[in-house]
Amino acid sequence: MAQQHEKYYVPASSPWPIVGAVGLGLIAFGAGHTVIDMKNEVTDGWGANVLFGGIAVLIVMLFGWFRDQINESMSGLYSNQLGHSYRQGMSWFIFSEIMFFAAFFGALFYARVIAVEWLGGASNNAMTNEVLWPAFEAHWPLTQTPGGTESGAMGWMGLPLYNTIILIVSSVTCHFAHVGLEKNNRKQLTLFLGITIILGCIFLYLQGAEYVHAYEELGLTLDSGIYGNTFYMLTGFHGMHVTLGTLMLIIMFLRVIKGHFTPDNHFAFQATSWYWHFVDVVWVCLFIFVYVL
Amino acid sequence: MSTVAGEMDHHDHHHHAPSGITRWLFTTNHKDIGSMYLWFSFIMFLVGGSMAMVIRAELFQPGLQLVDPHFFNQMTTVHGLIMVFGAVMPAFTGLANWMVPMMIGAPDMALPRMNNWSFWILPFAFAILLASLFMEGGGPAFGWTFYAPLSTTYSSDSTALFVFSVHIMGISSIMGAINVIVTIMNMRAPGMTYMKMPLFVWTWFITAFLLIAVMPVLAGAVTMVLTDKYFSTSFFDAAGGGDPVLFQHIFWFFGHPEVYIMILPSFGIVSAIIPAFSRKKLFGYSSMVYATAAIAGLSFLVWAHHMFTTGMPVAAEIFFMYATMLISVPTGVKVFNWVATMWRGSISFETPMLFALAFVILFTIGGFSGLMLAITPVDFQYHDTYFVVAHFHYVLVSGAIFSIMAAAYYWLPKWTGHMYDETLAKWHFWCSLISVNVLFFPMHFAGLAGMPRRIPDYSLQFADINQIVSIGGFAFGLSQLIFLAVVIKCVRGGEKAPAKPWDGAEGLEWTVPSPAPYHTFETPPEVK
Repeated sequence: MAQQHEKYYVPASSPWPIVGAVGLGLIAFGAGHTVIDMKNEVTDGWGANVLFGGIAVLIVMLFGWFRDQINESMSGLYSNQLGHSYRQGMSWFIFSEIMFFAAFFGALFYARVIAVEWLGGASNNAMTNEVLWPAFEAHWPLTQTPGGTESGAMGWMGLPLYNTIILIVSSVTCHFAHVGLEKNNRKQLTLFLGITIILGCIFLYLQGAEYVHAYEELGLTLDSGIYGNTFYMLTGFHGMHVTLGTLMLIIMFLRVIKGHFTPDNHFAFQATSWYWHFVDVVWVCLFIFVYVL
Repeated sequence: MSTVAGEMDHHDHHHHAPSGITRWLFTTNHKDIGSMYLWFSFIMFLVGGSMAMVIRAELFQPGLQLVDPHFFNQMTTVHGLIMVFGAVMPAFTGLANWMVPMMIGAPDMALPRMNNWSFWILPFAFAILLASLFMEGGGPAFGWTFYAPLSTTYSSDSTALFVFSVHIMGISSIMGAINVIVTIMNMRAPGMTYMKMPLFVWTWFITAFLLIAVMPVLAGAVTMVLTDKYFSTSFFDAAGGGDPVLFQHIFWFFGHPEVYIMILPSFGIVSAIIPAFSRKKLFGYSSMVYATAAIAGLSFLVWAHHMFTTGMPVAAEIFFMYATMLISVPTGVKVFNWVATMWRGSISFETPMLFALAFVILFTIGGFSGLMLAITPVDFQYHDTYFVVAHFHYVLVSGAIFSIMAAAYYWLPKWTGHMYDETLAKWHFWCSLISVNVLFFPMHFAGLAGMPRRIPDYSLQFADINQIVSIGGFAFGLSQLIFLAVVIKCVRGGEKAPAKPWDGAEGLEWTVPSPAPYHTFETPPEVK
């Protein structure tokens, strides 16, 4: 069975994990104090400094860690088995991300199907409605909350629809880039990867424009009740993921230009591509459940 | 880093660990990281335990003596958080780090650097959590379950620190779980098929899946608490169209699988120890695997049994009641298996076996009180009383913690190369066993009589029972110092341990010398 066992590469030691832990610790501590200062309207707090210091440490860590890994990979230390570890690790990471979004989708469904309906007197909650918010009628999008906050609702035509088309097309171009890499067609790879990045950037720009439109024209803000909450948290976290995905794609683009990756050794590219498809799928769910329905 | 590759070619036996502090800071070795996890978890166990001592001292008699109610609430909250996320979970991750690669014949964990990262996040996370206790207004005081609106409208300023420390704990757990699951899927030695894996590996495999599935949901829950408190969202505020009960749904969707995360590895440990000291094979290996998977699957469908008194529709209450009761079937399969393994075995009673036996009996008591709590109409009476406290301490202290103790005694010879002091260990066992029952058994009666949980003062009729409970609590706390003594003594010296100190033990970990060399199975063994 095991005639010739490829050695599984285990680095003897690495400074980056502890650097990363310090970075995350500073981020958590700094972010906590930043938020507390914002709430108390303290303007000369040190929380933000700690937060940005932590982010800087984390960026240094990411550069160092990935530089080591790229060097190891390019010098042929990695076996197929290690490649499987990375691929499985990435798949499970994406699964954890899906569960993170599931929490917010869950909140959205609960609010729509249960919380708002019950506040309007559905099920056996007639008295809740009668005594607490007699004027409130259940409706979705919740443009008027039981407490009386009013806002507009975001339609699905226009920007959201364009953004959906852009992301779906970018998923396809990302796949073409991957096919180009596997066929060792570097020209196809570079071209389609470039297009994917541009589409990602356009998406982010339009998403920003949509937020401006929502805040300035619709009066739909983060604090305008459960509709605004779920809208901004879902699209906001998705936007953060698209930003991260675009950064990853840009790094892949730079590596492609430097001549990295071969048809059978390109885990980083594959992981980035999986991540990109994942943010696209999340967007399609968002488009259906947040915008259309 | 490319020079590192050369260093890796050393032969197993004269392979020395690097020395100095950087060994621990920069390590990628699963045994080093496992040891750090285990020590960290023991320190947290003592910290969280001291908080429990404060709670029991205040409850020694009715009235307010030692601490004010707000501080009391911080103690119950942080005690819970530390024991769950700082003691039990890291202890299991430490055991997985040490044992899983050795049990499946792997050279190390699949992602060794990430392994170190997931450990080192924890000290920072808990430093932040503990530091928040010293802030103006105090630390988290809303219970470890941080129900809204206690954690939103009525919480202290420091809540943001609680939120972000939970975030990085979650990152640590998810990375640790990804590492374990990938190790098990990808690093098994040739011939080590899934159905040949030791049950500890199987139970951790399923636990890791649960962790990856629910820790992100916890991250979502704390994020919504953060935005509700600091950014005026209304996820848990009815005036904005939200619902405080939504918090409980999200939290317990995480929380129920979470309690199985804290017990499934115990099942694996006990399933290793009972056959070893009964000198028999486990009665039904595959039924144990399927039962574990069934418990894990059901754990996603029962969360609302924590919420029977919130006013859910009757149909939901009935569904969650029956789904919960269904869990007793696979759990019964397990208990039956352990007992049947001992039947006509040639049993000896070394300390690991004693703890495993206590586990089987006391965990089952905790399981039965859980079954009582699952009955919706009865839960209306038991809800938020000391009966609940008794229930989950039976499954977590005399369940999870006892199994961790059993594991520590069982594998200490492999870790240190020395036999532990059996006499002292037996003292630890008997002191713990007696005190844990004095501590938690009377809580059932206090709860049935109506004593509410998380209250610093109580009516006079509960005084006697609380005094007994507190005495048990102090005794249990002190007994754990014996454990510390046994471990330190064992690390520093003692009778030399053979490769396989327990004659009935099975598994690859016993085929390597004791103490286990720094690197094991760099060439995978072949499993027949």
